[in-house]
Amino acid sequence: MKTVTLTVNNRPHTLTPSPERTLLDVLREDLGLTGAKRGCDAGECGACTVLLNGKPVNSCLVLAVELSGAAVVTIEGLGGPDGLDRLQQSFIDNFALQCGYCTPGMILMGKALLMQNPHPTEAEVKEFISGNLCRCTGYENIVKAIMAVAGGGEGNG
Amino acid sequence: MADGKAIGRSVPRQDAVDKVTGAAQFVDDIQFGPTLLHAKILRSPHPHARIVAIDTAAAMAVPGVRAIVTGKDCPQYLGLYLADRTVYAVDRVRFVGEPVAGVAADSAAAATEAIGKIVVAYEPLPGIFDPVAGAGNKDVLLHENLGTYRCAPFIYPVPGTNIANRFRLRKGDTDKGFAAAAAVVENTYTVPHIQHSQLEPHAAAANFDRAGKLTLWSSSQSPNAVRKLIATAFGLPMTKLRVITPYVGGGFGGKAGLTCEALVVPLALRLPGHHVKLTLTREEVFRGTFVRQGLVARLKTGAGGDGRLAAMEAELFWDGGAYAEYGVNIARSGGYCSSGPYEIPNIKTDSCCVYTNHPVGGPMRGFGMPEIHWGIEQQMDMLAEKLGLDPLAFRRLNALRDGSPAAFGGPMSGATLVDTIDAVAARCGWGGPKPPASGARKARGRGLACMFKAPSMPPDAQSSAVLKLNEDGTVHILTTAMEIGQGSLTALAQIAAEELGVPVADVVVTLPDTDYTPYEWQTVASRISYSAGNAVLAAARDAKAQLLAVAAQVLAVPATELAIEDGRIFPRTDPARALAVSAIAMGCLLPGGAIGGPVVGRGAFVPAGITGLDRETGQGERPAPFWTYGTQVADVEVDLRTGAITVLKVTAAYEVGKVINPALAIGQVQGGIVQGLGAALYERLALAEGKYLNSDFVDYKIPTATDTPQMDIVLLETSPQADGPFGVKGIAEPTMVPTAPAIANAVYDAIGVRIRDLPLSAEKVLAALKSKQAGEKFVRRAP
Ligand code: FES
Ligand code: FES
Repeated sequence: MKTVTLTVNNRPHTLTPSPERTLLDVLREDLGLTGAKRGCDAGECGACTVLLNGKPVNSCLVLAVELSGAAVVTIEGLGGPDGLDRLQQSFIDNFALQCGYCTPGMILMGKALLMQNPHPTEAEVKEFISGNLCRCTGYENIVKAIMAVAGGGEGNG
Repeated sequence: MADGKAIGRSVPRQDAVDKVTGAAQFVDDIQFGPTLLHAKILRSPHPHARIVAIDTAAAMAVPGVRAIVTGKDCPQYLGLYLADRTVYAVDRVRFVGEPVAGVAADSAAAATEAIGKIVVAYEPLPGIFDPVAGAGNKDVLLHENLGTYRCAPFIYPVPGTNIANRFRLRKGDTDKGFAAAAAVVENTYTVPHIQHSQLEPHAAAANFDRAGKLTLWSSSQSPNAVRKLIATAFGLPMTKLRVITPYVGGGFGGKAGLTCEALVVPLALRLPGHHVKLTLTREEVFRGTFVRQGLVARLKTGAGGDGRLAAMEAELFWDGGAYAEYGVNIARSGGYCSSGPYEIPNIKTDSCCVYTNHPVGGPMRGFGMPEIHWGIEQQMDMLAEKLGLDPLAFRRLNALRDGSPAAFGGPMSGATLVDTIDAVAARCGWGGPKPPASGARKARGRGLACMFKAPSMPPDAQSSAVLKLNEDGTVHILTTAMEIGQGSLTALAQIAAEELGVPVADVVVTLPDTDYTPYEWQTVASRISYSAGNAVLAAARDAKAQLLAVAAQVLAVPATELAIEDGRIFPRTDPARALAVSAIAMGCLLPGGAIGGPVVGRGAFVPAGITGLDRETGQGERPAPFWTYGTQVADVEVDLRTGAITVLKVTAAYEVGKVINPALAIGQVQGGIVQGLGAALYERLALAEGKYLNSDFVDYKIPTATDTPQMDIVLLETSPQADGPFGVKGIAEPTMVPTAPAIANAVYDAIGVRIRDLPLSAEKVLAALKSKQAGEKFVRRAP
């Protein structure tokens, strides 16, 4: 089996995944990083969103064998012991989560947007996260949480 | 009631840090290590068939397969209200997706391969695919043994038919009422099946240890119900069955009762020492779990020349699916609430839950209320139009008020519909001029809908709580109330903190574990803040009394003269002489010896005075503890070329007695409106002769961020609930009830077209618009 070397949340890993396994499988089952959720396993819900080389991807659609040299960031890689990332805090402050199942994906989507467009309009936020489903919140507070950080400029993380 | 230190404040969610960091664990996140086995389920491809034979030999030979079970291995009947089903189909399948066999294997791939190698010989049977036809069909029966099933005393199956429950309501004389009416409207409304579509697929894992104890991890809203049903079915004492529910990724009713938990139990029982885990695929969530029942509602409603409702008749045919589950109780609630939130003197309602070869109807946010209000609220608009009355004024005139006789007889208390109508009217400027549409071939419209909803539950649905004080003065609360996203952990902590007088940040409510957390009937019916809230309040009172008794001795001041605030106990007359709660949390050592002891509060609650309803007339006093009232106004724009509806804004007002946490309550309304919008505009589980035409998020659309309307939400506290903690009533479910009819009424206002079949898809709107235009041309051309 092919050996794959990649970093996940800045830590190097060497894996030998069987060819059909996805990045989501590997994160959850091999690395114990269960923050990325499996909502559909088919690229339709965004719950499994992680950052791959700085871009958001549905990790359920990415084959692990293709990840040589990749840099992956999951929700576990945000913030740290000295505090939460500003967007994580903003999700808390704006009550942007209920059941929390979409939340890791939503936060990483928000991070990705703010990295490429630090001052998005509300319509741009909605458009950008429209591939990430949330059945609980009605999205309003999620948009607010992202806009609150956008308005205040990007801080740590 | 005035806001307190903890109550009435938007304190942050207790679970928020867990959920933004990825620390929150859901069932599938638990990995279990080397003892993990993967379960997969073989499901019926037929809507109705006899199982002739099942051959598992080839499947058993697949490397890595550890166990296979079929219906014959656990033929016990179980059911929440009506025990009409087995864990796996025994000799008959009754819906596409019904479990037929289960496999546990070392890997998911091996389990899947084995599923493909189980050979089942079926003999297809004729099916029932329509509740109206099914109710009258005596030749094709889904449950010939209906008369022998165990059944709750308030459910009335009709043996020899497909009617799993028939609820009747008879009040006054509808013939006389209609004879005196100045306007009568009669219509049939249909509501399709929809899927809860929680983002977390259902999951369960079971471990049968070598000492004979079964532990079950479950994504459930009802840990105690899961324990009871499985303990009964498998003959386990409750000391040998432990149900643990970590975080649940959305419920909306779809994770109430038993969903997939029982499927792993017979596998685990054969494989001691292992952890057998089943996580449904998204397709299985669509094809194998509860759906919101379909409904065909024939409604006839009449009002007098004075604008007062005079009579109504309702025939409600609920498409209950293959097994009764909660559907039988939904038919009951839909029946006794069939008047909607209005006073109507003459009523005749027949509400039947009908078995069909469709997926199993379960509870879904609103428990029958979104379905019945879909028709009721359009009837109201039509009657108002016939009488030349403003639809808002018409509803206001007929609204149930405090003490009004309800459809089921007894006087309604705390009926606050009018308050919500007035609040919405003021907020949205009802009656003002219609704003222009955004383009040439577009039309604007505005529509209104009202609602009421009670927690539909057995008269003795209980809650309990244990409150433990820790050595440092922090507090743990144990309950089996489930956090499903609604914020129950936070709200219950606020209730305890307020009563006990400690900072809310010092109170932690734990997730359910039936070995440790005390009994809770179920987390359904929007009753947790009310019912579990009362239990927590009682536990806090109990703990407080214990603290005060010790403090009274320590401070040598009568307990009645002491207060607790911010974790400090002090004489009211001398606040400086304060004792920290932590100093006496374990009692206190005085010169004469120790007093008190560890403080543990205990609370239990069951609502008092909930009565039954007469079997023949549906009449009674008080079938539920409270009703929540609400009103929504929808502003829409219809694209005349495509029929597409854009919901621009929803204005909503709810009267909830007391708001424990405003941000959480508003969040419920936002989420409910958007779910209501999805059900209104596009959600429909498409079934053709019982087979699914859509079972993923590509073909079954739920709202996305770009579909969200502007929302203006008002929460009123005009009628605190007498037996609610701090006056609270429920809010979570009522939020989606009026959205669809408000949108339908707005569409009529925009383009003069009435759609009675949900959803209001663009094609349907366009077709209706075209036929209306054709009709107008015809009328214009006629001499
Ligand atoms: S799990 Fe990957 S998009 Fe749904
Ligand atoms: S918070 Fe439940 S799916 Fe988004």
